[in-house]
Amino acid sequence: MKRISLLLVLLLASLMVFSLTSCGKSGDKAGGVLVFGRSGDASGLDPARETDGESFYIADNVYDNLVSFINGTTDIEPGLAEKWDVAASGLEFTFYLRKGVKFHDGTDFNADAVVYSLARQFKKDHPAYKYGPWKYWSAMGMDDIIKDVVKVDDYKVKILLKKKEAPFLANLAMQFAAIVSPTAAEKEKENFKSTACGTGPFKFVQWIKDDSIILERNDNYWGRKAYIDRLILKVIPEPTARYLALKKGEVDIIDFPSPEDIENIKADSKLKIVEQPGLNVGYMAMNQSRKPFDNKLVRQAVNHAINKADIIKAVYGNLGVPAKNPLPPTMWSYNDAVQEYKYDPKLAKELLKKAGLENGFETTLWAMPVSRPYNPNAKKVAEIMQSQLKEVGIKANIVSYEWGTYLDKLDNLQHDMCLIGWTGDNGDPDNFLYVLLSIQSTIKPAQNYAFWKNEKFNSLITQAKETVDKDKRIKLYKEAQVIFHEEAPWVPLAHSVVVEPMKKTVMDFKLSPMSKREFRDVWIQK
Amino acid sequence: MYRFILKRLGLLIPTLFGVITLVFFMLALSPGEPARVILGERANKEAVEKMNAELGLDKPMHIQYVIYLKKVVQLDFGKSIKTGQNVIDEIKARFPATIELAIFSMILASVLGIFVGVISATKRYSFWDYASMFGALFGVSMPVFWLGLVLIIIFSVNLNLLPTGGRMDIRYYFTPITNFYILDGIIHIFKTGDPKVLGSALTHLILPAVTLATIPLAIIARITRSSMLEVLKQDYIKTARATGMSERKVVFKYALRNALLPVITVIGLQFGMLLAGAILTETIFAWPGIGKWLYHAIESRDFPAVQGGIIVISTCFVIINLFVDLLYSVINPKIRTE
Repeated sequence: MKRISLLLVLLLASLMVFSLTSCGKSGDKAGGVLVFGRSGDASGLDPARETDGESFYIADNVYDNLVSFINGTTDIEPGLAEKWDVAASGLEFTFYLRKGVKFHDGTDFNADAVVYSLARQFKKDHPAYKYGPWKYWSAMGMDDIIKDVVKVDDYKVKILLKKKEAPFLANLAMQFAAIVSPTAAEKEKENFKSTACGTGPFKFVQWIKDDSIILERNDNYWGRKAYIDRLILKVIPEPTARYLALKKGEVDIIDFPSPEDIENIKADSKLKIVEQPGLNVGYMAMNQSRKPFDNKLVRQAVNHAINKADIIKAVYGNLGVPAKNPLPPTMWSYNDAVQEYKYDPKLAKELLKKAGLENGFETTLWAMPVSRPYNPNAKKVAEIMQSQLKEVGIKANIVSYEWGTYLDKLDNLQHDMCLIGWTGDNGDPDNFLYVLLSIQSTIKPAQNYAFWKNEKFNSLITQAKETVDKDKRIKLYKEAQVIFHEEAPWVPLAHSVVVEPMKKTVMDFKLSPMSKREFRDVWIQK
Repeated sequence: MYRFILKRLGLLIPTLFGVITLVFFMLALSPGEPARVILGERANKEAVEKMNAELGLDKPMHIQYVIYLKKVVQLDFGKSIKTGQNVIDEIKARFPATIELAIFSMILASVLGIFVGVISATKRYSFWDYASMFGALFGVSMPVFWLGLVLIIIFSVNLNLLPTGGRMDIRYYFTPITNFYILDGIIHIFKTGDPKVLGSALTHLILPAVTLATIPLAIIARITRSSMLEVLKQDYIKTARATGMSERKVVFKYALRNALLPVITVIGLQFGMLLAGAILTETIFAWPGIGKWLYHAIESRDFPAVQGGIIVISTCFVIINLFVDLLYSVINPKIRTE
């Protein structure tokens, strides 16, 4: 009996040792240096003062927000606020803050930090207000949304709104609403854009302009800690040189590869690719304040006359997928049931005939002078469209201006058909549908370049804007997309595909639809 | 001699004033409202107006010009629109990289270029002459972009001898002091005895310096050759030879010294151009210099940055030219008396 119990003890002990070593194995993810090769440097490191993606990559890893996007999605989860509730009026949000969180400089995270980070961007009497411009705050129209940010107690903050605005929560997850250390910001003052101090999984170490930014793991992180010891963001502007640095092993992941190199990367046994459609849409708007685009049949005809597959093959290469909705497919509430307008020149001609334009018509097609992810070469797209439209009897003359002028003229609706696009900010459908297609956006300077005024569509998206319940909002947006499809104010062209090549040893890297680059989950296989 | 220097220095002022004025009006009259370009698709009217007021672009042009002149005289180029940092600090952070690369490329181009030029002039119509002049033609017509990538593929990726780009192995976590990495590397040796930083800085310099040196090298070689041929025909060379002097002494002491004048002019001009930053080389080799920065500043209508950058570069250019002129008088005493 004794012997058996001894055996049992031995067995148990060995089991424990075994389980301990397997515990150690999961800890094996920890360690290592990850070098991320990217195309450009940050403009500045204070997320509230910048607007470009390259600057935000730092914020994605150094800062936390009250709420955050679940990595890889447009869905919201609690961040520095453990939970929140909304008053019945819909105009008052109360956030309950996480306790025991510290900034990288040792400052306690509390209600004061939240009030400081947000108030500096809109309260003119705030001592840090003068270090603006707070570009994204104004770009997101936050002045029209937020009335005040009030500390209730050390761990409770109230945000008062001017109007019902459900997407506001998504705005709070954006980089500009990151919570910064008030001590560090006060100390650095205007210079706070050359350094960074948040509560995030990585700490800022060093920035050599146009060369590299070094971050290291925050071992006191409040959530699950990052695996890698150091994260180096290295600037390599030329895409092929970036790929060669990856091939040689000097960097572990690269951004924005050249489309020509993608085949080589796919063939390389040491490399892999992670890809996802971006949160953007490239489209052609038809200006309904001009004839004949006030006629729905004409707009539908144009939709049938355009062969998107040809355009994508010629211009986007591997980096685009056809669009059928104004929303990108990674956005929640995307209506996949909508059937794309088929490429059918014959049907297009019939529709034109029905509209009384059997001999076609002459118009202008405006092409942007710059390259954007949603449309890498608008002039080439315009040329292909021109020949496709000619097939159905529409003579489109291509027009282009210098970029600033182009946007100005579009804002004043001086175009007939124009190529343009949009990249989402906050992962909320409102940020596409309301900004680009609402009746309010037809007021000059207009962003509704189709000058499309549809009462029903407008009431759906306005209702969705004011509703907090996400399921209800999904329903409303799906219905709105059906109306959009039927009325055809645009020819939705393409969503760019974001491609991220990396070594096969880089694990668990997720692309974010919001173009964030988060490295907390990433580990290196040894 | 001093009068000569003073006169040349005096000429600097109107030259720079011209540059400063030209830069201002070139930008002011160029199309594309900066606020619009900076704010992009997201711009609304208020934001554009607000930004114009912040940039002082809402004032009449002559007033803008006077404000600008006042600031430039105090070496205040204002703040970069894009980054909000002082333009002068932005330049300080990048110019050393450009200067370092330019100096190395110029040393490489001058030494090799003169050497090749002399060889092909003294061994005219020989295999060496044809080979080096063909090489020079090739060098002048080589697209820098292509050459850089080919060098990376051969020497970094395939042979694994040199890094693909950057100024320093980023895994050293090295904090620059002077921003001249060679200098920093030497300081590092004195401090810690560790030569790794200097070694890394040097190996990172090789490929970009070679790429950047190709065109100046070819130009210098050709100028040296033709200038040498000209001089070797002169009577005093015949006299020198007749005295029974060694050919080496004739070539290097008598011929080369006289043939160098046009070569130095070219070297000065080329060096000045390299200081303006080599956008392509900097881009391919991820070299954080001033060329790429200035290019982006122009592209994004970052007026203060463009103005500051161009003024600093032009000043260097003018100073180098002055230096070259002074060098003439050292090499050729005749110019001093003239």
